[in-house]
Amino acid sequence: MSKYSEILFRPVFKENPIALQMLGICSALAVTSKLYPTLIMCVALTVTVSLSNFFISMIRNITPSNIRIIVQMTIISSLVILVDQALKAYDYETSKTLSVFVGLIITNCIVMGRAEAFAMQNPPAVSFLDGFGNGLGYSVILIILGTIRELFGTGTILEYEIFPLVQNGGWYVPNNFFLLPPVSFILIGLIIWALRAWQKDQIEEPEFKMSQNSPEIIPNPPPTPSSKAAS
Amino acid sequence: MPKINKDSTLNITFVGIGLCLLCSAIISLIAIQLRSVQENNVILDMQKKIVSSAGLEKVYGSVDSAMSNIKTLIIDLDKGEIVNINPDTYELAKELREDGKYKFLSAAEDIASIKKREKYSKIYIEYKDNEINTLILPVRGYGLWGILYGYLAIEGDFNTVAGLEFYEHKETPGLGAEIDNPKWKALWKGKKIYQEDGEVSLKVIKGSVSETSSNFFYEIDGLSGATLTCNGVSNLIAYWMGNDGFLNFINNLQKIDV
Repeated sequence: MSKYSEILFRPVFKENPIALQMLGICSALAVTSKLYPTLIMCVALTVTVSLSNFFISMIRNITPSNIRIIVQMTIISSLVILVDQALKAYDYETSKTLSVFVGLIITNCIVMGRAEAFAMQNPPAVSFLDGFGNGLGYSVILIILGTIRELFGTGTILEYEIFPLVQNGGWYVPNNFFLLPPVSFILIGLIIWALRAWQKDQIEEPEFKMSQNSPEIIPNPPPTPSSKAAS
Repeated sequence: MPKINKDSTLNITFVGIGLCLLCSAIISLIAIQLRSVQENNVILDMQKKIVSSAGLEKVYGSVDSAMSNIKTLIIDLDKGEIVNINPDTYELAKELREDGKYKFLSAAEDIASIKKREKYSKIYIEYKDNEINTLILPVRGYGLWGILYGYLAIEGDFNTVAGLEFYEHKETPGLGAEIDNPKWKALWKGKKIYQEDGEVSLKVIKGSVSETSSNFFYEIDGLSGATLTCNGVSNLIAYWMGNDGFLNFINNLQKIDV
């Protein structure tokens, strides 16, 4: 039992696809300016990554290794088309703003990353759980972003007014910066900082070490040709 | 289970073709299943915008019952006459692609910066006791980032605004996109379009309209931080209510019976 819950919840905080693996950042910037479309996007991605993991794992033993990427892409893109079609049929309003990003789930690295790294080696049920867990990990970050951006950008949460706006006779001047994609970068950065302060093992080894600023060990630079010319 | 050689050419062909056929079959099946629901959604969405531009969903209780009192007509904009074309087959985007069905506007004519104007337009009329109660006209014009598409609803005197509703625009959320704010849209109701001399005078001004102003009925409060969007809205009213827009038709309506 603990093995399954480990597979399910490990990607939420310990190996979060956005915060640790830095995957799926693109859609995290694009769709989070309002919370409702964010929630729909989370559902769409979670459904896609769980089911694609499941089906890819089901046929993993007959998938020829030469064309395995194409096989994975075929399954992923079929699922994405289905999700997009269902959205157009059952939530038309949201699909108008979200449709292009739902289509881009195909290129979301989380989906293919999990297919290649997990589903190709593990049985279907476990793969499904792994996909679902990664969907949850993605959703947690997106929901945090969506809530903060909608609250400060428009003063509402799920269209329900939290801060009364100046336009409607209140006191809050909406900060439009929060509606622009770059603010997600800053927020994701802060989330990663918070996460790594809590889970110290996520801190990566620095690739380069900064040297101590001690003049004794740095030899004097040889005089440059330009300084010679000047003298 | 017999061990198969999964990297043999036979298996590659088999898996490749089989998977593609299976996936395409499933997608086609579901797409066909959902098509009628999707098409219905598009129509419903458009109807909702048409009905809410005039605030009729409150009057009739639902979009459906409001639509049953609304007649859809195709009119010739230059002649201002009703033409006998099936409204169900009319599509604005298609009209603007087909030669002869639109005209290019010169810089002087093109107040709303739309470049092309269709020859025929699809309009909606709501009847009450066999009298025209509301006229709902499609309008469009350039805002800040793109063309604003909307419906302007006019009451039976063909001068008083019943409401304005945009169904497609690309304006900045929080600034220009406040044209969707219900409070701002509510300001339009009861405003007048034409002065005594027949000139289109309704426009969005900077700042707020003073209650005592002589132009009170011809001015709408501006949206702060959205001057260009507001100018776009003023321009589209000026264009579509003028001679090149629906004025010919409105003049005819006062003479003839529809």
